[in-house]
Amino acid sequence: MNVAVIGYALEAAQATLALLLAPGLVGLVRWMKARLQNRRGAPVWQPYWELAKLFQKEVVVSSNASWLFRVAPFIVFTSAVAVTFLVPILAVPLPFDGVGDLLVVVYLLLLGTFFLSLAGLDPGSPFGGMGASREMTVAALAEPTVALAIFALALSAGSTNLGQIVARTMADPAAAMSPGHLLAFGALFVVTLAETGRLPIDNPATHLELTMIHEAMILEYSGRYLALIEWAAALKLLIFFSLLGNLFVPWGVSVVLTPVALAVAVVSLLAKLVVLAGVVAVLETRIAKLRLFRVPELLSVSFVLALLAVTSSFLLR
Amino acid sequence: MTFIDLLLSILLGAYPIGVAAALGARGALGRGLVAGCGLAGALAGFGLGAVCLGTGIVPTVSAPFLPLTGFALRVDGLSAFFLIVIGVVGAAVSVYGFGYSAAYEGRYSLRLLGAMLNVLLLSLSVQVMADNALTFLMAWEAMSLSAYTMVLTEHDRPGTIRAGHWYIAVTHAGFVALLAMFLLLSAGDLTTSFAGMRSASLTSGTRDAAFALALLGFGTKAGIAPLHVWLPMAHPVAPSHVSALMSGVVIKMGVYGLLRVTIDLLVGGPPWWGGLVLGVGTVSALLGVLYALMEHDLKRLLAYHSVENVGIIFIGIGAGLMFQSFGLPTLAALGIVAGMYHTINHACFKGLLFLGAGSVLHAVGTRNMEEMGGLIKRMPRTAFFFLLGACAISALPPLNGFASEWLVFQTLLGGSAIPQPEVAVVMPIAVAMLALTSGLAAACFVKAFGITFLAIPRSARAEQAHEAPWSMQAGMATLAVACVALGLLPFAVVPLLGSSLAGLPGVAPAAMEFTLALPLQVPGTSGQMSPSLLALGLVLLLVLVPLALRMLGADRRLRVGDTWGCGRIGQTPRMEYTATAFAEPLRRVFAELYRPTRDLSIDFHPASKYFVQSIEYRSEIHPWLERLFYDWPLQGLHRAAVWVRRLQGGSLHLYLFYLTLAFLILLTAARWWR
Repeated sequence: MNVAVIGYALEAAQATLALLLAPGLVGLVRWMKARLQNRRGAPVWQPYWELAKLFQKEVVVSSNASWLFRVAPFIVFTSAVAVTFLVPILAVPLPFDGVGDLLVVVYLLLLGTFFLSLAGLDPGSPFGGMGASREMTVAALAEPTVALAIFALALSAGSTNLGQIVARTMADPAAAMSPGHLLAFGALFVVTLAETGRLPIDNPATHLELTMIHEAMILEYSGRYLALIEWAAALKLLIFFSLLGNLFVPWGVSVVLTPVALAVAVVSLLAKLVVLAGVVAVLETRIAKLRLFRVPELLSVSFVLALLAVTSSFLLR
Repeated sequence: MTFIDLLLSILLGAYPIGVAAALGARGALGRGLVAGCGLAGALAGFGLGAVCLGTGIVPTVSAPFLPLTGFALRVDGLSAFFLIVIGVVGAAVSVYGFGYSAAYEGRYSLRLLGAMLNVLLLSLSVQVMADNALTFLMAWEAMSLSAYTMVLTEHDRPGTIRAGHWYIAVTHAGFVALLAMFLLLSAGDLTTSFAGMRSASLTSGTRDAAFALALLGFGTKAGIAPLHVWLPMAHPVAPSHVSALMSGVVIKMGVYGLLRVTIDLLVGGPPWWGGLVLGVGTVSALLGVLYALMEHDLKRLLAYHSVENVGIIFIGIGAGLMFQSFGLPTLAALGIVAGMYHTINHACFKGLLFLGAGSVLHAVGTRNMEEMGGLIKRMPRTAFFFLLGACAISALPPLNGFASEWLVFQTLLGGSAIPQPEVAVVMPIAVAMLALTSGLAAACFVKAFGITFLAIPRSARAEQAHEAPWSMQAGMATLAVACVALGLLPFAVVPLLGSSLAGLPGVAPAAMEFTLALPLQVPGTSGQMSPSLLALGLVLLLVLVPLALRMLGADRRLRVGDTWGCGRIGQTPRMEYTATAFAEPLRRVFAELYRPTRDLSIDFHPASKYFVQSIEYRSEIHPWLERLFYDWPLQGLHRAAVWVRRLQGGSLHLYLFYLTLAFLILLTAARWWR
C-alpha cells in the first residue's frame, strides 16, 4: 500500500484512539484517587456511561444566550480533536507534521478556552462570568511557561516541530536526562495541572460555586453540549499527558510503520498514561486546592523552572 | 502614460478633489464625494503598491513645482508595502465614514472632517513615497496636523481638548527629534535625496545619535512605552473611523520611519540598536496589554492594545536588527518580515475593531462597556465582525494575528544562533513576555467581546441598539476579509514581504528568498505550519462532528429556559459579571504595577447592619510608571512657563522690540555660522 495512505490512516487511527481513550483516562484518575482515599470509587469506564447518557438527554439553553453559546461546544471539541492529529501520540513523523508545530498546538487549545470563556459569559449568570474570568487569568499566566518550555525543547531539537523534537531526543538519549529537559518537564507538568483544571489549581470534583473555575464556566451547559465539552476536557488531559510522555520520554513511539512497532507504541502509550494518571492521583490525594490568589505564585515557580531550563540548555550546549 | 503613472496621478489627484468636495458640497452628496475620493485614492495607492511590489519597478517622481525646494517621490519595495497598508485601511475607512459621519450632520463640522480625512490619507501616501527629508517632514507635519483637527471634531465633549493638547505636544516633540535627525543625516541640507544620505560617511557617534533621535521621534508616533501616553487619550476621542485610521495606519508611520532610517539610510548598526528596539518593544507590549485589561472604555481599551501591538512589531524588528549586526542575514530578514507582517495584520484587525467599536458607539451612544451587553442579538453582523477581530488580535489560529506572532516567535527562537550569553538571557525573556502578552490579550478580548456583546443589556440604550447601516458594515466586512486572507495565506504574503525588502542596503539580498510552499517553512529555523490546511481541517471537523452526532443518534431536543440562579426567580442585568469584576483577578496579580485604590462605602439599613441599603464601590488604578516619566518634566515646563509669562507686558512697543531683537540675533547668527 502507498506510504502516504498508511500515514493518513495512521493519523485517523491515532485521533480515534485518543477520542476513545480520553474518557477512560479521566475515569482512571478518579478511580485511583478513590482507591488512595480508601473509597471503592466508580469503575474506570464510568465517564463513558456519563457521556452516553448526556448524549441522550435534552439540551436546555438559557433564554439570554446567543448563537455563540450553541457554537462554542463544537469549537472547543473541534480544536481539541484537531490537536490530536498534530501531536505524536503513536508515531513520528506524521503526515500532518507540517500543518502545525508545538506553538500551533498551544494556540489551538487557547482557541477552545477563548470560546468556552465567552460561552461562560453568554447566559449572563454570575457564576459563568466568575469562571470565565478565572479561567482566562490562569490560561494567560500559564502561557509564558508554555512558551519557554517550547523554547527549551526547540533549542535542543533545533525545531518547534513535534516530530523532530521526538526524533532528536530518541537519537540522543543523553539529552533526555539533561538539566534543561528535566526542568522543562517540571515546568510543563505544573502547566498541565493548570490547563486541565486539576488540583491544586482547580478542583475537578467540586460543585461549590465560589471555588469552581472550569465547572463554573460550563454551569449552564447540558445534554449533548455538555457531553462535547466534557469529552474535550478529557481529550485535553490526554493531549497534555501524551505531550509530557512522548516529548520528554519518547521511547516506544513508533518510527517505522510495522504492526509490531505500532503495537509497542500503543502499549507504551498506555503505560505512560497510567503512570502519569497515578502521579496526578497521588498528588490530588496529598495536596489541597490553593486559594485562587496563590495560584499565580505556583505559576511563577513553573515559569522560573522553564526559564532555568532554557538558560541551562543554552549554556550547556 | 503607463499604468503606474495613471495610478500615481489618481492617487495624487483624488485626495485634493476630496478636500475640495468636502469644502464645497453638503449633506449626503458631500459625504458621498468625500468617501468616493478617499476610496479612489486608497484603491489607487493599493494598486500602485501591488504593481510595484509585483513587478519590482521602482518609479520616481521629482517635481520642483514648490517654490522653495525639490519635491521628490520614489516608490521602492518598502514604500509599496506601506502603500498597500494605507490602501486597505483607507478604503475601508472611507466607505465606513460615509455612514458614520451622517450622525454628525448639523452637530459638528463635517466640512473640516471630510477635508482633513483626505488630507490625512494624502499625507500618509506622500510620506511613505518621500525620497528626501523635506518631502518626508512636510508630509509628516501635514499628517500630524490633519489628525489633530480630526481628534478635536467632538470638541464639546469632556476630555477632547485635553487629549488634543497632549497629542499635539508629544507629536511636536517627536517632530523636533526627527528634524534634528535628518539634519544630522543630511549635513544640514534637507533637500538631499535619501540616496545621498545612504552614501554619506558618518562617524559612529553621529550614527548613534541619529538612531537615538529616530527611535525617539518615530517612537512618539508609534506610541511605544513610555512615549505612549497621548495615544490612549487621543485615539478614543476621535470619530471612530478616524480612530481606526490612526491606530491602524498613522502609528505605523513610526514603524515605517524606523525601518527606513535603520535598515536603509543608516545601513544597520551595532547590536545595542536592535537590543534597545527589542527592549522597548517588549515593555510596550506588556504594559499596553496590562493597561488595556483595566479599561472599561471600549475605545481606550483598543487604543492600549495598539501600544501592545506596536510593541510586538518592535520586538520583531529589534530582533531582526540584532541578527543583522551579528551577521545572520537570514534571521535578520525573518525578524523584519515578521514585524512588517504584524504591521499589516494589526492595521487590519485593529481597524476592524475600531470600526466595530464605532458601530457600537453609534448604536448605544456610550463607550463605557459597563452599560452595554446583549448587542450580539441586536447588531449580529457587527458582533460577528468584532468577534473575528477579537480572535485575530488574540493570535488565535487560523487568523492573521497568529501567523505573524508565530513568525515573531520563530525569529526569537532563532536567537540561539547568536553565541553570546547575554543574548541567551534576553531572547527567552522576550519569548516569555510575548507569550504572556498574547495570553493577556486573549483574556482582555474575552472581556471586551463578552461584556459588550453577550448576555443581557445593562442599560436601556443597549436594549434599544440597532444594527449599523450598510456602508459601515461594508467597511467592516472589507477588513474582516483582509484578516482572514492574511491569516490563511502566509505562504503567499511572506515571500511578498521578503521581496519588498529588496534593494535596501541593510538587508542581504540572498536572505529574502522565502519559499512559496503550502506549509510555511522558515529559513534559519525549521518550524513549519500551514494555517490554510489547519483552517480546512477545522472547518471539516466542524461539519463532521454535528453530522456524526446526528448519525450516532444523539438527542436533538432543545428547550429554552431561564439561567440557573440558585433558586432565585428572575434575573436582572445587575446580577451579571461586570468588566471590572472580570479583570479583578489580574488586577490583584499585577497589583504592584496598578497600585489600585479602593473606596467602598456601604449604607446600612437603620434597623440592622445586616441589611444593606446601597453600596458604592469606586476603584482606580494609579499609573505611577507614567507619572515617573512625565511628572518632573511637566512641572519644570510649568515653572518655565510662569517665568516666561513675565515677558508678556501687553505693550505693542515691547513686542516690536522683541521681534526686532529676535530678527537681528538670527541674522547675526546665520552670518556667523557661515
